[in-house]
Amino acid sequence: MMSALTHPSIRGGDATASAFDPTVNRLPPAGSKVVVAMSGGVDSSVAAAMLKEADCEVIGVTMHLWDYDRVGGNAQFEHGCCTVEDRNDARVVAGRLGIPYYVVDFREEFEAGVISNFVSEYMQGRTPNPCVACNSRVKFGVLLDRARELGADYVATGHYARVALDEIAGEAGRIGQADQADTAGEAGEAGQAGEADQAGDADRAGRLVLKRGVDGNKDQSYALWEMTQDELARTVFPVGMLTKAETREIAERLAPRVAAKKDSYEICFIQDRGHERFLKEWTEHHPVNTDEGLLDIGAPIRPGPIVDASGHILGEHRGHPLYTIGQRKGLGLAAGRPVYVVDILPDTNTIVVGDDEDLLSDRLMADRVNWHLADVPTGEVRGQAKIRYRQEATPAVITPCGPGAARVDFEHPQRAITPGQSVVFYDGETVLGGGIIRE
Amino acid sequence: MDSTPFPETALPMASTYLDHNATTPVRSEVFDAMEPFFRDRFGNASSIHRFGQDARAAVEEARAQVAGLVNARPGEIYFTSGGTESDNLAIKGTACARKADGRHIITTNIEHSAVMNSCAFLEREGFEVTYLLVDENGRIDPGQVEDALTDRTILVSIMHSNNEIGTVQPVGEIGGIVRARGVCFHTDAVQSAGKLAVDVEAMGADLLSLSGHKIYGPKGVGAIYIRKGVEIEPTAHGGHHENDVRSGTENTVGIVGMGMAAELAAEERESEFRHLSEMRDALEARIRVEIEGVRVNGHPQRRLPGTLNVSFPGAEGESLIMSLDLAGIAVSTGSACTSGAIEPSHVLLALGRDPRTALGSVRFSFGRDNTMGDVDYVMSRLPGIVSRLREVSAASAGQVPV
Repeated sequence: MMSALTHPSIRGGDATASAFDPTVNRLPPAGSKVVVAMSGGVDSSVAAAMLKEADCEVIGVTMHLWDYDRVGGNAQFEHGCCTVEDRNDARVVAGRLGIPYYVVDFREEFEAGVISNFVSEYMQGRTPNPCVACNSRVKFGVLLDRARELGADYVATGHYARVALDEIAGEAGRIGQADQADTAGEAGEAGQAGEADQAGDADRAGRLVLKRGVDGNKDQSYALWEMTQDELARTVFPVGMLTKAETREIAERLAPRVAAKKDSYEICFIQDRGHERFLKEWTEHHPVNTDEGLLDIGAPIRPGPIVDASGHILGEHRGHPLYTIGQRKGLGLAAGRPVYVVDILPDTNTIVVGDDEDLLSDRLMADRVNWHLADVPTGEVRGQAKIRYRQEATPAVITPCGPGAARVDFEHPQRAITPGQSVVFYDGETVLGGGIIRE
Repeated sequence: MDSTPFPETALPMASTYLDHNATTPVRSEVFDAMEPFFRDRFGNASSIHRFGQDARAAVEEARAQVAGLVNARPGEIYFTSGGTESDNLAIKGTACARKADGRHIITTNIEHSAVMNSCAFLEREGFEVTYLLVDENGRIDPGQVEDALTDRTILVSIMHSNNEIGTVQPVGEIGGIVRARGVCFHTDAVQSAGKLAVDVEAMGADLLSLSGHKIYGPKGVGAIYIRKGVEIEPTAHGGHHENDVRSGTENTVGIVGMGMAAELAAEERESEFRHLSEMRDALEARIRVEIEGVRVNGHPQRRLPGTLNVSFPGAEGESLIMSLDLAGIAVSTGSACTSGAIEPSHVLLALGRDPRTALGSVRFSFGRDNTMGDVDYVMSRLPGIVSRLREVSAASAGQVPV
């Protein structure tokens, strides 16, 4: 019998580290009570199985977040989570594992924390990451509360990311900030530091860091940058140390009909790429909150001008929220050369187009910045930055500027930096922090 | 399949089952009565040959047993697939048969969803439905029915007792008022059967719904009482089974089981009433003393013997049910819902509870196999769970909302 955790390939990714090395990926100690968010898909099913094998007391939970027939879809839709079929799949897996399983109703929280924000961002000319909001407000927000109510120590999800003990505690804090104690690994014993420093070092010794999943193609750390130290302390990502192929292999033995499921990359509450239908149907029936106040029900998504940089009208668009920076297709322009959306002006419902090079920029400003470092840096931090989910991180210097804000200077100009998207700062495998792109 | 790394492991069953209003286990006497009909006595009750005759005899015996439970004549009992079908047949069947006389129906705002949704369907078909509002204990005043009756009223459907809070309606008085006006009276007696005296003559019911699996019979079988002379239109047309009211080959196994369950329920009703009341009253008294700020839902006296519905304000409802399940105690918040998600109960909302309180409510429903030991076990776990949930929700209420 080959168990999931003793499977030799699970030791991959970091050849020297054992699967139980908490500096690679911290798993809960045997006997811990863990609530696993189960979607009925491959990754979370395997996460539950791994925890069960690690002798945790596992409780499976599916979050009911959305009803597909509400806006922009129909109840028979099959490709999201939140369908009865997916819940039944999760139930089957829970049954095979012999773990209790429940459905929790988070529709209200999902609508308030994710959907409203999603629409609001689009209506203000920005392009949101709803998965980021869902993670911080629902999964590591209300779900963590639920776990606490059930007396559970941890929440687990099927994310390809890792929570690890800070390997060389203090190392991360030192980046860009010279002269931080580098003996923090033995912080408690380091008698030479002052009391305040000692407390800081002790903190750091038990600090957790968010790391990329071992499978670089599947890494989902980008969507988790808003997590706090407190949330990391109560979170585990069991599949973070697996490749997708390994996960599928385990799933194959666990529940073949789950293993065969396709990966989903689309936004879960929007069917068949139907952004336009979703935004129109939503705004017809709901007021939209913006930075400037409430837009009335029926907030218009209506045609407006497409202009070039000098203001010449080149054509008509179908409504600014239906476009995103860098978009080329669907503009309906016969410019004789490729043109791209380079700016969205919600106040005048105008789309500005330009050439490819107009999209290039070597700097962005971010707000709502969350640092994962022990101390919020005061000076430049050298690392890498990632500006959208499906794009590699690239060398950059991040400079804090004022509370919750940062400037990012890229070594090489980036294409289509898009307001509303998350920017996530890395030091190699480790997430240093992140924020929302403002400009 | 010993090579599989994930052998199917059975989830340990809850040791304390307190959800008998949702369903009950099949009694061993019932199981024994049913067993021969799976294989040896498999005939179709409509067949002419001896296999058919054997099955027919068993079905007719079961009909008499069910009739005995509600003081009806055997010829007034028709077997269905369960309480939901019986309710649908009573309401849609009457509406269809009597629509020439009028298109007005009276019911209440705490009915089972089978009645609620049948009425909602008829509203979409152009019928007018009056939903009488219950008082804070879940009772209807017979005067409300009197006031709501019009010349166009063809049907009054009011449940005998409520599945969630246990409140028993004054069906006798209501039946008298309704029949005096020549209007058809239906009552859903699914929860009352076997626990209270259910007498179609005494309450003047024209139609009455019953279910097999609430009285220690099998799932998938139920019955409807239709007073002789009362016409209803069938909802399933077919081969003239069950006197044309409900076509489809008789579910002999299930019918035999329901018959046996009905006979036993009738025999043991009075001792069962005492047994259930004793446990329920003990649990209610201890909860009131040992847990602060609770509220018992339903009528204090006019209530099903084994049902106790309690709100625990400040405790999150879903977590309450889950925590109890994890502690081996099976209870529910209200009606089981197919999606698995828990919605605020329409019954508790009808009593005037706010949605949060309604969600933080638990229904304990005792059955014949429960003992006072179960009450003790619940009370060894419940107070701790409630206080933990109250602490967590108080703590997260203190946080800045996102």
